[in-house]
Amino acid sequence: MIFHATGHLEIAALALIAALYHCLNHALFKGLLFLGAGAVLQQSRQHDMEKMGGLIRRMPVTAACFLVGCISISALPPFNGFVSEWLTFQAALQGTVLHSGILGAMLPIASAMLALTGALAAACFVKVYGVVFLGRPRSPQVAEAQESPFGMQFAQVMLAVCCLGFGIFPTWVVRAINVIPENLMGVGLTKAANTSWLWLTPIGKQTASYGALSVLFGLLLSWLIVYFFLHPLRRDNRIRIATVWDCGFGPLNSRMQYTSLAFSMPIRRIFSILWFISEKVEPGRQGKGPRYSLQLGDWLWLMVYVPIGKIILKLAERTSRIQGGNLRVYLSYSFFTLLFLLWVIV
Amino acid sequence: MTGWIFAMMQTLCVVLFAPFMAGWVKWLKCRLQNRRGPGPWQPYRDLLKLSRKEVLLAVTASPVFRAAPYVVFSVTVVAVSVVPTVSVQLPTAALADVIVLVGFLALARFFLSLAGMDIGTAFGGMGSSREVTISSLAEPALLMAFFTLSMNASSTNLSTVISHLVRSDFILYPSLIFSSMGFILVAIAETGRIPIDNPDTHLELTMIHEAMILEYSGRHLALMEWAAMLKLTLYSVLIANLVIPWGVALTLAPGDILLGILAVVCKLLALGVLLAVAETVQAKLRLFRAPQFLGLAFILSLLGMMSHIILEVG
Repeated sequence: MIFHATGHLEIAALALIAALYHCLNHALFKGLLFLGAGAVLQQSRQHDMEKMGGLIRRMPVTAACFLVGCISISALPPFNGFVSEWLTFQAALQGTVLHSGILGAMLPIASAMLALTGALAAACFVKVYGVVFLGRPRSPQVAEAQESPFGMQFAQVMLAVCCLGFGIFPTWVVRAINVIPENLMGVGLTKAANTSWLWLTPIGKQTASYGALSVLFGLLLSWLIVYFFLHPLRRDNRIRIATVWDCGFGPLNSRMQYTSLAFSMPIRRIFSILWFISEKVEPGRQGKGPRYSLQLGDWLWLMVYVPIGKIILKLAERTSRIQGGNLRVYLSYSFFTLLFLLWVIV
Repeated sequence: MTGWIFAMMQTLCVVLFAPFMAGWVKWLKCRLQNRRGPGPWQPYRDLLKLSRKEVLLAVTASPVFRAAPYVVFSVTVVAVSVVPTVSVQLPTAALADVIVLVGFLALARFFLSLAGMDIGTAFGGMGSSREVTISSLAEPALLMAFFTLSMNASSTNLSTVISHLVRSDFILYPSLIFSSMGFILVAIAETGRIPIDNPDTHLELTMIHEAMILEYSGRHLALMEWAAMLKLTLYSVLIANLVIPWGVALTLAPGDILLGILAVVCKLLALGVLLAVAETVQAKLRLFRAPQFLGLAFILSLLGMMSHIILEVG
């Protein structure tokens, strides 16, 4: 919108397309993740993440689709979340065309914040996937979970395929969305997809380009080369399955794994300035184990909203004194108000 | 067509050069610490030995664990292939720009941390947790430094950025100096060198990278180690060609390419010396001091961008 106001119509179209693409992507991968979460909840009958684990062996299809969703939402190539983030970055980098220094600086800084959010999202989804699907099961129900029925699997696979498709054929998607800025502003992003259907070049070929399909092809090619290099046909595929190495201290159990709270502890500690965090471990009483409690609060909520709320409540208490409950008193209130208003008007 | 063949050859050379880079730094470090140490060719022997050994897989390992080394390695190789190392006439550079490059590195990291959590041991989870923490702080600083560079060259394409830097006259831009400093700090953190992580030990002292790959063995371990060496080389090449861009070949003429190879090898070896000295004279930071280190990197990148916008645009 800023770009539109200052007359940089093409960049405005780019930013609009990036935003719309992002909405579309969110519809896809969030839907996928919600379906996956639903399947996990239904099959494991467990709502607490800390009691899950190892579901990839019991529910392989759900796990694979959920992985696709995690990669997409963390904005990693070659899936769809990355394309829209890339387009957003490209739009933000054009901030210097604005003549206002503050606006020009705010846009790239905002995109650096977007990068921070993306990286934190990746951290969060590594945690979710690692705790729920990888490792060992942390409770007996989860250990016996069954794969969800065909309908649930099918829906997830469809969305996962869409995530990949929207990620590797961005030019087609951009061409489809292009109608909206063309109708709104009269300017579309025709250059983006025009170079070739393989390349996404929002501003110019020299400025920036992204060949999503070729990237995927390159990945697969190097994967194949490495695979055949390491697995010569004449040699047998030597893999020995063994128990987990336990440093000689006796068997490991699922309680020794990193939990989701433990996983995010460094991040909590680093960002503890921004949020009100109270972590307490109470020693166990009467044969019970120790209790751990964690309270998270928003400083903004605690410092701004709560005091304002308290002041309003106090004022309300003060005013409630004039509430006598007597009908005649109320009638006299409205009479005096009327008099006052008449006096004001005249 | 010659461009594509050249790009393939260049990628292959960098991939084969990477173990030497790691061995070179290690050898120099041993020498600086008055130890004899293994020669710079030792990583090749290690990788060869590992790739021949039997793979030992834990019972709790899932397909993610077995796929991760291949994903991590091939993503890093593709990341290497889009960086102009010897010449800027690189067709693959158009495949992916700096932002995609950062995305590749993040993808490799994503799978590496998943693999760390897969077996269900405490140490792997700890490594993954720390890795994602460090990287979520490093990524904004890295992107900010790249943004400053690409706003300078008004392009995010690495080839265009580097040729812009080579062609422009030698002027000390404050923005480039600040963002280079920020970038170098991020590179140290991301490649797991001292003062963030110690690459030379197993267990206890090395808390991040080695903790995640602890359960790997055989060819899987070889791929993981090789990918780490590649990452070190990748960041060194980026520093070499973005901070000191002179010597990069602008054409595909044989003379230029020879000069380019010579220049980049010299720059990499010199960077190796710097890294070894830096690692010898300082100690590792505590984990919770790392945010300050990365905060410094972020501030430097921010200063770079600010000085670009305030001093250089108008």
